[in-house]
Amino acid sequence: MAVLLIAEVANGALAVDATAKALTAAKALGDVTVLCAGASCGGAAEEAAKLDGVSKVLCADDAAYGNGLAEPVADLVVSLAGGFSHIVAPSTAFAKNVAPRVAALLDVMVLSDVTAVVDADTFERPIYAGNAIQTVKSSDATKVLTVRTSTFDAAGEGGSAAVEAAAAAGNPGLSEWVEDKVAESDRPELTSAGIVVSGGRGVGSEESFELIEKLADKLGGAVGASRAAVDSGYAPNDLQVGQTGKVVAPDLYIAAGISGAIQHLAGMKDSKIIVAINKDEEAPIFQVADFGLVADLFDAVPELTEKLG
Amino acid sequence: MKVLVPVKRVIDYNVKVRVKADGSGVDLANVKMSMNPFDEIAVEEAIRLKEAGKAEEVVVVSIGVKQAQETLRTALAMGADRAILINAADDVHQDIEPLAVAKLLKAVVDEEQPQLVIAGKQSIDNDMNATGQMLAALLGWGQATFASEVEIDGGAATVTREVDGGLQTIKVNLPAIITADLRLNEPRYASLPNIMKAKKKPLEEKTAADYGVDVSPRLEIVKTGEPAERAAGIKVGSVDELIAKLKEAGAV
Ligand SMILES: Cc1cc2nc3c(=O)[nH]c(=O)nc-3n(C[C@H](O)[C@H](O)[C@H](O)COP(=O)(O)OP(=O)(O)OC[C@H]3O[C@@H](n4cnc5c(N)ncnc54)[C@H](O)[C@@H]3O)c2cc1C
Ligand SMILES: Nc1ncnc2c1ncn2[C@@H]1O[C@H](COP(=O)(O)O)[C@@H](O)[C@H]1O
Repeated sequence: MAVLLIAEVANGALAVDATAKALTAAKALGDVTVLCAGASCGGAAEEAAKLDGVSKVLCADDAAYGNGLAEPVADLVVSLAGGFSHIVAPSTAFAKNVAPRVAALLDVMVLSDVTAVVDADTFERPIYAGNAIQTVKSSDATKVLTVRTSTFDAAGEGGSAAVEAAAAAGNPGLSEWVEDKVAESDRPELTSAGIVVSGGRGVGSEESFELIEKLADKLGGAVGASRAAVDSGYAPNDLQVGQTGKVVAPDLYIAAGISGAIQHLAGMKDSKIIVAINKDEEAPIFQVADFGLVADLFDAVPELTEKLG
Repeated sequence: MKVLVPVKRVIDYNVKVRVKADGSGVDLANVKMSMNPFDEIAVEEAIRLKEAGKAEEVVVVSIGVKQAQETLRTALAMGADRAILINAADDVHQDIEPLAVAKLLKAVVDEEQPQLVIAGKQSIDNDMNATGQMLAALLGWGQATFASEVEIDGGAATVTREVDGGLQTIKVNLPAIITADLRLNEPRYASLPNIMKAKKKPLEEKTAADYGVDVSPRLEIVKTGEPAERAAGIKVGSVDELIAKLKEAGAV
């Protein structure tokens, strides 16, 4: 069986972690061809070629693919889909935008957020914010799936696949890019970090969110947030962890001032060790925490930062 | 301009989900059901466009069991003008897949000719995040998903989208599909007089067969199970104890 893996490419560079994790899922399904699409994606294609288990890399260089707009990218994927039994992508915002469009153009269902590959037709995926896990068997000719990266280990390097140019498939011109507002940060990326420190509404303000950041920096970790913290403007939207934010599974997740609503748990309950700091001992977050500390975060978080390391 | 908003009846987001013992699915009998939260946001956005004079009519559509009438009445009470219910299932446990929903919505769009469809980003039951994108594909329209800000200007919508790295703004030609993210707006509550008024607003009933759309699933549900339980943790008494435990576990 042949698999087309849509690589995550941002500003011409390969998002290695997301792509390598989706590659692990793809390898279980067959021989993997990686598609890199971008305004200038030669560098990303070279990177992808080095991943272990990649047979071939297709590089589609065209201005139309520079900003990840769904319509041209979906048309490109469909133009290349012939001969592939599976089209796989990591569950990123880019792929969640594109994959269902590809699936509908192929008249097949999409399998969103796959967490396990059972066999070539059968997959597990969480539903109801992760409160149930469904095993589904697809009867479609082509399986289009996005995979939840937090549940797959990243494939290593050591490959040396050939890179081929892929013909662009044109731009229907239905939408155009205006601007990106990307938060620059020296911290590790939320979805790949080994340690995540998240703050919730309990943090109280944008200024005090610095407490969370300082602890994260001390631990070399990433910063996360609950929806309430993002809605209140304490943290930017790309830090939201949960059902509709990012899904993370670090070795250590520290939740401070977060109550533990199921929609938040959906994004972090597969973390290896969970620490909860909350002043309400009844907070539901304690039900999933390995180590719970009933305390005021304004005392406990700075103390923790100071005493660590 | 006419705006079409698909609204789904789902388990209320506050309800604790229970997986059925026979593994066939999640228990939905006698469970509180509500409008999908993202769809409330989509309805609100459409109503605001009408209030701003940018839309003339807001039509809401729901596909599923006949009880979805209640969901449509809620949307009418919020301020939508007219509703269409497409009966596509008898059993409350049968979920209509996004591909079939998108095909039915395409048929409705062909009839109603809206300039804009605002859907929710994701249903909180199946967590698919697919229908809007699929409908856009079937119609050959542009799409602006995960919207946190929408501005309609002549023949285009300028939409700010919540993406992995932050925010992206794109301009999409109308007609188009927008899917609503959490921060697009805060939906209003329907007032009592509006709830009364909504009872008299038109609600048309159709079936999937009326549109000639086959809703049989492409994904066979083999099993629905509980997620892995986490082992019970402990409470620590102090920051020092927490650090000791974390060191013991090799976490720091
Ligand atoms: C459709 C939908 C999708 C959603 N998606 C997400 C999602 O992706 N991610 C997400 O997080 N949420 C999501 N939510 C929201 C979710 O339901 C909760 O509302 C949210 O997670 C609450 O955030 P919080 O825990 O920070 O705030 P709260 O629930 O208000 O909790 C604040 C906590 O801080 C504690 N606290 C206050 N002060 C202190 C202090 N000084 N020291 C220590 N503790 C303190 C309180 O005891 C409380 O437990 C979603 C909701 C819906 C309806
Ligand atoms: N059965 C349905 N009836 C009406 N709208 C639906 C239905 N299913 C999905 N939708 C719409 O599509 C959006 C995304 O749903 P989904 O693709 O299932 O995550 C929802 O927020 C609704 O706006």
